[in-house]
Amino acid sequence: MIDGKFSTVAGVEPPLPGPRPSSMFPLVSSSLGLINKFLEWFGDLGVFFWRVVRAALTPPFEFRELYRQLDEIGSMSLPLVALAGAATGVVLSLEARYSLTRFGAKSLLPAAIVFSVIHETGPIITGLVVSGRVGAGIGAELASMKVTEQIDAIEASAVNPYRLLAAPRILACILMLPLLTLAADASGLLMGWVAQALVEPLSLRQFITAGFKGADFNDFLPPTLKTMVFGLIIGLIACFQGMRTQGGAAGVGRAATSSVVLSSLFVILADVVLVKIILIFFP
Amino acid sequence: MDTIDQIAMKLDEAEKSGSAPTIAVEDLHKSFGAQKVLNGISLCVRRGETLAVLGRSGTGKSVLLRLIIGLEKADSGSVRIHGQDITGLSLDQLGEIRMKMGFLFQHAALYDSLTVEQNVMFPLQHHKKEMSTSDQSNLVRQLLAEVGMESHLEKLPSDISGGMQKRVGLARALALEPDILLLDEPTAGLDPISAGEIDDLILKLQEEHHMASIVVTHDLHSAKAIADRLALLNEGTVVIEGSFEELQKSDIEFVRQFLGHS
Repeated sequence: MIDGKFSTVAGVEPPLPGPRPSSMFPLVSSSLGLINKFLEWFGDLGVFFWRVVRAALTPPFEFRELYRQLDEIGSMSLPLVALAGAATGVVLSLEARYSLTRFGAKSLLPAAIVFSVIHETGPIITGLVVSGRVGAGIGAELASMKVTEQIDAIEASAVNPYRLLAAPRILACILMLPLLTLAADASGLLMGWVAQALVEPLSLRQFITAGFKGADFNDFLPPTLKTMVFGLIIGLIACFQGMRTQGGAAGVGRAATSSVVLSSLFVILADVVLVKIILIFFP
Repeated sequence: MDTIDQIAMKLDEAEKSGSAPTIAVEDLHKSFGAQKVLNGISLCVRRGETLAVLGRSGTGKSVLLRLIIGLEKADSGSVRIHGQDITGLSLDQLGEIRMKMGFLFQHAALYDSLTVEQNVMFPLQHHKKEMSTSDQSNLVRQLLAEVGMESHLEKLPSDISGGMQKRVGLARALALEPDILLLDEPTAGLDPISAGEIDDLILKLQEEHHMASIVVTHDLHSAKAIADRLALLNEGTVVIEGSFEELQKSDIEFVRQFLGHS
């Protein structure tokens, strides 16, 4: 607009070509806005985490609610986690068999399945399945309570909502994730063996002996315990997203979706970091 | 120099004698972003007194109640409950103060996964642990009988009407025997008969429990029925405060307009 206007006026030189603020500034400012929002979100998450930790460590302790959440998050997730672990075991067995046969290393198949499952597949599948099921559940439940003022009512009744709602859910996620991972590992290994045994006769004992040959405690314990961090991420993000919801039914939907998306994303990112740390400390 | 206990005792005596306010709000300011909601509100309510806060929708009446119970943080000013300034207190410190306060939310805010009985029992389970379960249960039945809901113990909030939900909310607000009662639009959304019943109930409870109450409403008829004094809010400030008769005699244009349209 300005260029055109200037060029049509006699005796006035058109402006020098250069960066056009009108097209650049919105891009820069929107990027800065996004960064600002992200940092603000992280800051709020930090404050939320601190409040939960403080509430969780001071009496009164909400053992009844913790027990209820252990059941809700643990027992109720078990079938789905076991199924996901079993499917992964079958797929791993089929894929690994094909690849290892091509490279003449078919005898390593049980070890490949065992190491894949206990090192990485079991923990990450558990993390992602729980972040989908539990993350959405916690996010939607707390968001619904928030928009209907039930969380305010808890606070008005002189009960700390961080202690009653957030702390038991986060703690239950932290405690149940390793146990669910064991279930995913077990079903993955079992179905991995079944998939192999259907193609080529092999007893479970032979499969286990060959699979765990050369494996030690360090191959099993750190990857299983790292899922406690996944549990912390899932519980924390789902509670945070739920308890800060605004905007009625649409807000509840957004909270459930963002709980799943963000917790899955941060579980994957944490896994990258944790794998590196485990490799350094437990080579 | 008086100790904290001595100060508390003096305040308590002053309150009982009627000389000190139970709730004192001074120069309260609150904004949400660029929107200024409260612009220097000052009010006080004594024991046994009911103040109705009136005003148009969106004038910050509910925000005022939320500030008094500490659900929102004030930008400046003070809220004194029994002489103690609650602005700046931590969540757990606020909890101690809130145990003396009952709050009825505009939409009752009952816990939707709990039955009527469990809703009223909730504060008792958390703060009256020394009571046996049967004593708690008896008290809950007594409270629900007071609000006429004793025959709906096992029902979920979704199975009862809006008016019934408000009754249950009122019973829950009274569970810890508060000496302050805050009611946010207790008759909003109710038919005239149910609204009248809620008004009668509030009057009855006020006579029996002798609390300091603030009722936020835009229902002038209800305010006139239940309140000793009325405060009219406009653009974040108190335009006028006094009895209904005093409001009627006012020459202020907004007051005349409000009374004329109500």
